[in-house]
Amino acid sequence: MATAARKAPAKTKPKSDGKSAGLSAPKPVDFTKDEELDAYRRMLLIRRFEEKAGQLYGMGFIGGFCHLYIGQEAVVTGMKMALIDGDQMITAYRDHGHMLAVELSPRGVMAELTGRRGGLSRGKGGSMHMFSKEKHFYGGHGIVGAQVSLGTGLAFANRYRGNNNVTLTYFGDGAANQGQVYESFNMASLWKLPVIYIIENNRYAMGTSVTRSSAETDFSHRGASFKIPGIQVDGMDVRAVKAAGDLATEWCRDGKGPLILEMQTYRYRGHSMSDPAKYRSKEEVQKMRSERDPIEQVKARLLDKKWADEDELKAVDKEVRDIVADAAEFAQNDAEPDPSELWTDIVL
Amino acid sequence: MPIEILMPALSPTMEEGNVSKWLKKEGDKVVAGDVIAEIETDKATMEVEAVDEGTLAKIVVPAGTEGVKVNTLIAVLAVDGEDIDKAGEGVGEEPAKAETAAPAPAAAKSEGAAPVAAAPRTEIAADPDIPAGTEMVSTTVREALRDAMAEEMRRDGDVFVMGEEVAEYQGAYKITQGLLQEFGARRVVDTPITEHGFAGVGVGAAMAGLRPIVEFMTFNFAMQAIDHIINSAAKTLYMSGGQMGAPIVFRGPNGAAARVAAQHSQCYAAWYSHIPGLKVVMPYTAADAKGLLKAAIRDPNPVIFLENEILYGQSFDVPKIDDFVLPIGKARIHKSGKEVTIVSFGIGMSYTVKAEAELRGMGIDAEIIDLRTIRPLDFDTIIASVKKTNRLVVVEEGFPQSSVGDHIANQVSQRAFDFLDAPVITIAGKDVPMPYAANLEKLALPNVAEVIEAVKAVTYRG
Repeated sequence: MATAARKAPAKTKPKSDGKSAGLSAPKPVDFTKDEELDAYRRMLLIRRFEEKAGQLYGMGFIGGFCHLYIGQEAVVTGMKMALIDGDQMITAYRDHGHMLAVELSPRGVMAELTGRRGGLSRGKGGSMHMFSKEKHFYGGHGIVGAQVSLGTGLAFANRYRGNNNVTLTYFGDGAANQGQVYESFNMASLWKLPVIYIIENNRYAMGTSVTRSSAETDFSHRGASFKIPGIQVDGMDVRAVKAAGDLATEWCRDGKGPLILEMQTYRYRGHSMSDPAKYRSKEEVQKMRSERDPIEQVKARLLDKKWADEDELKAVDKEVRDIVADAAEFAQNDAEPDPSELWTDIVL
Repeated sequence: MPIEILMPALSPTMEEGNVSKWLKKEGDKVVAGDVIAEIETDKATMEVEAVDEGTLAKIVVPAGTEGVKVNTLIAVLAVDGEDIDKAGEGVGEEPAKAETAAPAPAAAKSEGAAPVAAAPRTEIAADPDIPAGTEMVSTTVREALRDAMAEEMRRDGDVFVMGEEVAEYQGAYKITQGLLQEFGARRVVDTPITEHGFAGVGVGAAMAGLRPIVEFMTFNFAMQAIDHIINSAAKTLYMSGGQMGAPIVFRGPNGAAARVAAQHSQCYAAWYSHIPGLKVVMPYTAADAKGLLKAAIRDPNPVIFLENEILYGQSFDVPKIDDFVLPIGKARIHKSGKEVTIVSFGIGMSYTVKAEAELRGMGIDAEIIDLRTIRPLDFDTIIASVKKTNRLVVVEEGFPQSSVGDHIANQVSQRAFDFLDAPVITIAGKDVPMPYAANLEKLALPNVAEVIEAVKAVTYRG
């Protein structure tokens, strides 16, 4: 494939350095043993959960659209490590990983996927629409780009209240071409809102590669017209993500306004379960999996530093598999919503 | 020939204004471009420039005159070589007197916003939500809306207003006049021209628990933002299994103003009434505007609050009650009657009220129901009235297909078919984009004669 070379993700060396604002991509800081193990476990939970969701979809337990996060786990995991209590998160429809990252119950998420009463939205939202006031997770939105304006509004509320919280607004390289993204950038910069725009560049907007959809493929530059600095981050390295998250949250808490983090990442699966992903080569996917996998990177470091041996990591894997199996079991056997639920939660 | 200077129309809906100040006196030389007077409209004080060169021969309408109709002679300009005294002789005295003889009722009370034509004179039936004997104050719809927002902002620190020109400009239609001065820029937020974006920002702030009032300069521009109104605001409560919703008010002028043509003239009542998860309010009187806007701001759901530019300057009695809140979802019997029910809402009420006065003259006793809320729709009040009168006409300005009237006619036929003595007639705007030409615009809108004809048809009076 002639374009494969162009599409290869940047390695850790970022193209842009946000110089106009005196910003440069922070060097990944080595994790402690506990941090490595924690990241490993969290990312593995997302990976195994998503694999199971794909399986249940194939079995007909999950209907509609189902967008898996496999390959992108380091992004939400690293960013979560940079948050404090009360910080908010909002994203689009590829949201299962984000919910697991903020420690929402795997049972609740999986039961929502199967449309059961124990689901996070009591079976009324499905894969793309889940929320948690308690965990400050504001969805789960099915309209590409809508979450960017909404997330800017969450940040507006933080500034209005004068609290110290920031809002993580996630969107993809595809959503980055929606008009309301730039309307939001303008207001966020004008009003110095504490919002971090995290562009998860997985290189394909459904089936259209960034080079075919975007005149400027360096998404860290997308805020230039609004004086919003941006940084390109190796989104496959959880340490790089965490370091960028630390920098960005501090930036926002200091009252400096919004910031863009372009997370260079990759999704292994199709856009949704029904996408055969014929727009890219098997070799391209295989290369990413074998050379850049976020979980394998952590695993290699753990083994290399002798912070864990194979048996210990297998034990973590087993623990995670048990959690996922329990969630799947629950989601398959929980009752469907009571028919009366059709008429509830429409207006208060 | 001396040149006549006429009262200018300074906005699409301006019918009259006040001559607040003359900046030139009789005998002064004037060149084109000189500011000769200040005219106060219902929205702003505007400067009037001379178009011609000459000498101001006579000021026909003195400074301080209120309620001067558009196109009234206000001054005479003598052109070069003309005798000033002759030019001004005997001009304009009669018309000036005639035009200023009947000043609008609330002129003295409005601050910086003069009322336009007074509301048609129909005795409004007592609203059961207003205690008998309550003192009433004549107030424009504009002032009522402003008062409602100001009162709610004083009551709840989480209430804020955002939109284009709401703060420093004092509102494109002066609805937010004075709010910036009282509440400051933190709570009265000027936005860029960015409807899609700021509607989303408003919904996000509401999801976080604030109580935004989002003003659209007109609801026509809300088309840019309709995704957030429907997909983000209206559906979140349901999609989250009741965990979070959006307590937000989207408000602004809706429907046809005057001569602003197709893209600026349409009624969204039927559009938004289609959506579960929204409430849709569309008041006619100033009292309803105030009481329902206060209710909308307190409501935990997204509320679409449809105003009308032509009604902004009209005055109605508003009860002098410290905290006047009306229930959303309850229609009001505007005038009770026995022979036919006319249901309307918003600006549609002005045709209805005028038609009813004429029908009374013909000996037809009509009951008028002002819906006030389009969703949830108060069918109980409509059905009870139809059971009494056995006849129904619905009047609205929106497009005819899938209109509010269509829905009412359908429901009445299902719920009260045996009580109907005639088919329900629905009157709506014509099924055409709004034309610009004055005559065509008039044809596109409903009119009083259509309402009278419909009532005569359902009461079988030739």
